[in-house]
Amino acid sequence: MAMRTDKVRKLSSAVMTTLTASCTFLAIGILAVILFYIAMRGVSSINLQFLIDSPRPVGEGGGIGNAILGSMVLLGLSCVIGMPMGISVGVYLSEFGTGRFGGLVRFVVDTLTGIPSIVTGVFVYAIVVLPMKHFSAVAGGIALGLIMIPIVARTTEEMIKLVPHSLREGALALGAPQWRVTLGVVIPAAASGIATGAMLAVARVSGETAPLLFTAFGSRFFSYYLDQPIASLTVQIYNYAISPYDEWHALAWAATLVLMTLILSINIVVRFLTRKRF
Amino acid sequence: MAMPMQRIPTKIEVPERTLKRVSPVSDMPKIAVQNLNFYYGQTQALHDVSLQIPERIVMAFIGPSGCGKSTFLRTLNRMNDVIPGARVAGKVLMDGRDVYAPGTDVVELRRKVGMVFQKSNPFPKSIFDNVAYGLRINRLTASKAELAERVEQALVDAALWNEVKDRLKLSALSLSGGQQQRLCIARALAIRPEVVLMDEPASALDPVATHKIEELIVELKRQYTIVIVTHNMQQAARVSDTTAFFLLGKLIEVNPTDKMFTAPNEKLTEDYITGRFG
Amino acid sequence: MFSAGLLVLLMSGGIFLALIVDSMLSIREFGFAFLTSRQWNPIRGDFGALPFVYGTLVSSLIALLISVPLSLGIAIFLVEQAPRSLSRPIGFLVELLAAIPSVVYGLWGIFVLAPFLRVHVEPPLAAWFGWLPLFQGPITGIGLLTGGVILAIMVTPIISAVVRDVLAAVPDTQREAALALGATKWETTRVVLVNGAPGIAGAIILGLGRAIGETMAVTMVIGNRPEISASLFEPSYTIASAIANEFTEATGELYLSALVELGLILFLVTFLVNGLARILVWNVTRKTAGRAE
Repeated sequence: MAMRTDKVRKLSSAVMTTLTASCTFLAIGILAVILFYIAMRGVSSINLQFLIDSPRPVGEGGGIGNAILGSMVLLGLSCVIGMPMGISVGVYLSEFGTGRFGGLVRFVVDTLTGIPSIVTGVFVYAIVVLPMKHFSAVAGGIALGLIMIPIVARTTEEMIKLVPHSLREGALALGAPQWRVTLGVVIPAAASGIATGAMLAVARVSGETAPLLFTAFGSRFFSYYLDQPIASLTVQIYNYAISPYDEWHALAWAATLVLMTLILSINIVVRFLTRKRF
Repeated sequence: MAMPMQRIPTKIEVPERTLKRVSPVSDMPKIAVQNLNFYYGQTQALHDVSLQIPERIVMAFIGPSGCGKSTFLRTLNRMNDVIPGARVAGKVLMDGRDVYAPGTDVVELRRKVGMVFQKSNPFPKSIFDNVAYGLRINRLTASKAELAERVEQALVDAALWNEVKDRLKLSALSLSGGQQQRLCIARALAIRPEVVLMDEPASALDPVATHKIEELIVELKRQYTIVIVTHNMQQAARVSDTTAFFLLGKLIEVNPTDKMFTAPNEKLTEDYITGRFG
Repeated sequence: MFSAGLLVLLMSGGIFLALIVDSMLSIREFGFAFLTSRQWNPIRGDFGALPFVYGTLVSSLIALLISVPLSLGIAIFLVEQAPRSLSRPIGFLVELLAAIPSVVYGLWGIFVLAPFLRVHVEPPLAAWFGWLPLFQGPITGIGLLTGGVILAIMVTPIISAVVRDVLAAVPDTQREAALALGATKWETTRVVLVNGAPGIAGAIILGLGRAIGETMAVTMVIGNRPEISASLFEPSYTIASAIANEFTEATGELYLSALVELGLILFLVTFLVNGLARILVWNVTRKTAGRAE
């Protein structure tokens, strides 16, 4: 009797292995389908003109040049706001974050990563756009920066935690004060890890759309002033996608191809760099 | 006709009961290992080990750390299968059949050869469910009443019943370290294996708990064949009928315990026992 | 450094405050009825959040129904079954799904997923299960079901990544205990799942939190109609989509205030949900890891 039920058990085990494998390959299959469509539908509209021009009325072509520039400006602003703050919080949490206050800060940072980016957009609208009375690149940069802070804080903390204690203790034993140990020994040791974390945060934030909708708003022109609305790649994709024109749909795919190339490159490079760690 | 036993100056006290040990029950060995070689990838961990383990005795494996005694123990129930890169050459015959022959039912082998680990590892379930686990998955009982009976019997055999009979539904993790280990023994005994392998079962326990486990082992010998790995020679002398000494992956000597600790054949064995190394 | 920590706390407090202040008008006007009213009429100045709450909840529920089994399967495969050399690159590929921006999912959703559902999935569903009010009505491909499906795809990499960590943290001694008793691979996996249960619950709640807050992809495929209907084929509206769509069009202070109040609701809900999830997952993965990943 044990023999027969044994066969059943082994069969169940094999079935489950097949099932779980199928789940995995389904997920990868979906990834492949998405990337395939982006490549296929986007590539035909990519040309130099497309990358340099600003949008034009339907039927006249046009491009995403201003959107690319705008995204770069916004990312730059967000890094200025998000990186120093995020790294500081990360350093604080890893070096001094053991007390109750530290626990509270960590909890808040963790939950802030889960706040929908659109809520951050609403917040920035309330405190920046309303007082300024118009949309601006600065507002968009602040919104993206705020989103960046918890992400960078978390990866920074994790990277610093990886620095072996023996390194710290060696410096402390030589009589160096805590802040010196942190700045001079720990951070440099964790630098490459912090950098990769920062790269991932940039990749993450470059894909944000919702918070920009009512902070940076968007524009059909190249803008040169930070207190004016500014175009961005993601908002442009959105606008093209929901328009009724086939021509603009094609441009949406092409813009997506550009954006995805950037994001995928960052992810693959980071993955390659962190591979050696293990 | 006995040669006068040369008593070597060792600190190992061989108790009276060991000196008066009766010979094993039958002549056919329960487990016969022939020319076993074991590799972890490129490293060879066991060199040409041949050993016979008779029925219903307690056999102890002794030797310094890293000598291969645990590795050898785990080849007996094919627990090394889960290690990637593990390779076996040679034969392990149980009741005359090679357990490494292709087509062997490993599940059934592990039903017949139970194992208790160095650090107790009860499941995060109730005491009852822990002991019942092996019975349930192997479908060894036909009714709830029979299941309860088998669980009780196993707990009695493991000398734990009186301490837990009123709290069978409580979590196994609420027991003390020594009790958890006895629970693991009960869990192994519940499925009525023919052989019980114990990998340093008392090394993580305090002396009182250790004593209880050793008493238990001597009791269990009446029904089961027991193989125990221990780094504590005193313990080996206390509980085992036969002792095998391993060094650097080789089997140096096998002998009845009283002979092993008073007049061993090999110089290496004598050196180890008198504490010259290891 | 300390001041940095303080600033973060101030920031989250600030967000909360700003949201309350700017939604005060709407809160005073509608009070509690905001949450139960089905009316969303900008012209008449009558605002109620129920259609959005409904849309958010149902789309998230569909997403979890699809994603949880899928994510569990992926995590189990990668931790318990695949050989170590395979599981890292494959794991990386699954995680790439999380790197795709929401708006890209939306684009793909409009032009690839929606037509696919419209042609290959919704008709059979209507044919076999049309007796359920869930699957009745006109089939356009844009609606609650599509929103749920796209959310499922977006949430899967997150849930599976956390579950992977949870399962990897279960000590090998548990697996060995089961194997030594004669368990099959799947039976051993079940023991591991029991060990990881609280963490898995946390992962699911984390996924829920993400699904609730997801904006762009959902906006682009859900139809954006503030009505509650029983059918999954019908267009719907989520809280996040409503804000995204109507914020820049909002005329009048009350309208804007109502939208900010929606933002406040979203903030509170995700804060609570994520907090709960972190507590559950924290306990499991901060213990010493059993199996090195």
